[in-house]
Amino acid sequence: MPGIVIIGAGECGIRAALTAREAGYDGPITVLGDEAALPYERPLLSKPNSGGVVEKLIATREALDDMSITLETDVSVTAIDRDERMVVRAQGDPLPFRKLLLATGARARRLSCPGGDRARVLRTMEDARAIYSAAGTARSAVIVGAGLIGLELAAELTGRGLGVTVLEAGPRPLGRNVPERLASKLTTRHQQAGVEVLCGVQVASCTESDVVLEDGRAIAADLIVAAIGVEPNVELAVSAGLTIQNGIRVDRRLVTDDPDILAAGDCAAVEMRSGLHLRYETWQNAQAQGEVAGRNLAGGNKEFDVPVWFWSDHYEIGLQGVGDTSGQPAASREMGRDSEILFFLNDAGALIGAAGLGQGSAVAKDIKIAQRLIGTTLDPVLLSDPAHNLKKLLRAA
Amino acid sequence: MADWIDACAKDDIEEEDLIRFDHGDRTFAIYRSPEDEFFCTDGRCTHEDVHLADGLVMDHTIECPKHNGQFDYRTGEAKRAPVCVNLATYPVKVEGDRVFIEI
Ligand SMILES: Cc1cc2nc3c(=O)[nH]c(=O)nc-3n(C[C@H](O)[C@H](O)[C@H](O)COP(=O)(O)OP(=O)(O)OC[C@H]3O[C@@H](n4cnc5c(N)ncnc54)[C@H](O)[C@@H]3O)c2cc1C
Ligand code: FES
Repeated sequence: MPGIVIIGAGECGIRAALTAREAGYDGPITVLGDEAALPYERPLLSKPNSGGVVEKLIATREALDDMSITLETDVSVTAIDRDERMVVRAQGDPLPFRKLLLATGARARRLSCPGGDRARVLRTMEDARAIYSAAGTARSAVIVGAGLIGLELAAELTGRGLGVTVLEAGPRPLGRNVPERLASKLTTRHQQAGVEVLCGVQVASCTESDVVLEDGRAIAADLIVAAIGVEPNVELAVSAGLTIQNGIRVDRRLVTDDPDILAAGDCAAVEMRSGLHLRYETWQNAQAQGEVAGRNLAGGNKEFDVPVWFWSDHYEIGLQGVGDTSGQPAASREMGRDSEILFFLNDAGALIGAAGLGQGSAVAKDIKIAQRLIGTTLDPVLLSDPAHNLKKLLRAA
Repeated sequence: MADWIDACAKDDIEEEDLIRFDHGDRTFAIYRSPEDEFFCTDGRCTHEDVHLADGLVMDHTIECPKHNGQFDYRTGEAKRAPVCVNLATYPVKVEGDRVFIEI
């Protein structure tokens, strides 16, 4: 009997498989992943410890066996046959499906300049091992891209004694997802650690020993890493004739144009309440969408409606954000020990997002409360007052 | 042998909240529930080496500050990924306005 088939054994695919089973689906569930390793936690790749890359499994083989979930690793899906309702694997017979989930994630974008293939990327366990092994003998590193992953890696490589330069094409670091004020605090911390951050620069080429900029400067680099964002893995969906809109386009129930095919996680552009389709690249999004997809694969009718949350770690500093923090902050909460949270309200005064940073987990509790307060009209004066317990606002909401 | 340790005053913990309590080289989390009952678990998350003290208590759940794993702090049961290993729990008694834990 054809069952549930999931393409991609990352956070999203595995979470969906487990959730479908927990939701009571009792037919076959097969997860197909093209990486050789058992499903692991990707965020740890840029947060190694003194022992090297941390390999933490999302689920052990036994846990999957216990739930009667079949996991095939090192298996690449090459096509989806929508007429026959089958997926085609690189090897072996086609596998029929009743419901299919595309949880194919994203891959790191590569540098396109001459010599760009000298730059490594950081997306998989293999990438991480190669980078930290090269870092063992390198004295200088250039990281192209001052996003969260590029800067986390900069912190790590500086800590290992390398001279690190981060190159950013945009006017400031973290321009895509971190409010300016927090980004600038974090950049200062990186500079204190010795990281050189250059903004508004374009890479012209990579040579054996240098990264050459458009303005002619050459920066010595034994190790080059491109951390310039990701591209969603949409090729299977494209060749199956599904609509792509900066990701595989799905409705609020994570269903594609084909009612039996869902997509979720880093590869999916999901319809929001506003009607816009948005694609997120965070771990919690992969988890939360995987849960919704799992329920709907099992016959449910759930909508994705979770404010997206992320964390990022740099030195002793923890950064967290939730919801939409793209505008101007309406309130700032200074909490001592250099901790600060910014709150973002819409025109009607309702909370739409919050972001903060501080030592370790200092901002975590208030960001969690903010997550639960999204949509609530709030007084910026109370939000700014660190003596006013945010939980009171939650109880009143 | 049962070892009851005087950990804190009741009012050191707000309702529906927790505090950190260190004893020797061990560290614990002590909770006050919305029903005004007290509970104690190991202080560190079972996912990574992160203290739960900065986490959020909602009803009977503690949400880890780091990656939002959740436990029922009354039983230690892991409730939400990424945590899958339960937290150790310890008996608690209240005498007068003091909270004791047995470790
Ligand atoms: C270095 C790094 C650090 C990060 N740090 C953080 C962080 O601190 N906080 C945060 O919130 N997020 C972080 N992220 C982002 C987070 O890891 C991703 O959002 C999350 O992994 C997305 O999960 P996913 O399952 O959708 O996709 P993926 O994890 O990309 O998994 C998709 C899987 O599908 C496989 N696949 C693709 N096509 C096929 C095919 N045709 N056949 C078979 N298999 C296929 C892929 O190889 C991959 O294994 C980080 C990411 C990286 C790379
Ligand atoms: S450290 Fe607690 S959930 Fe990860």
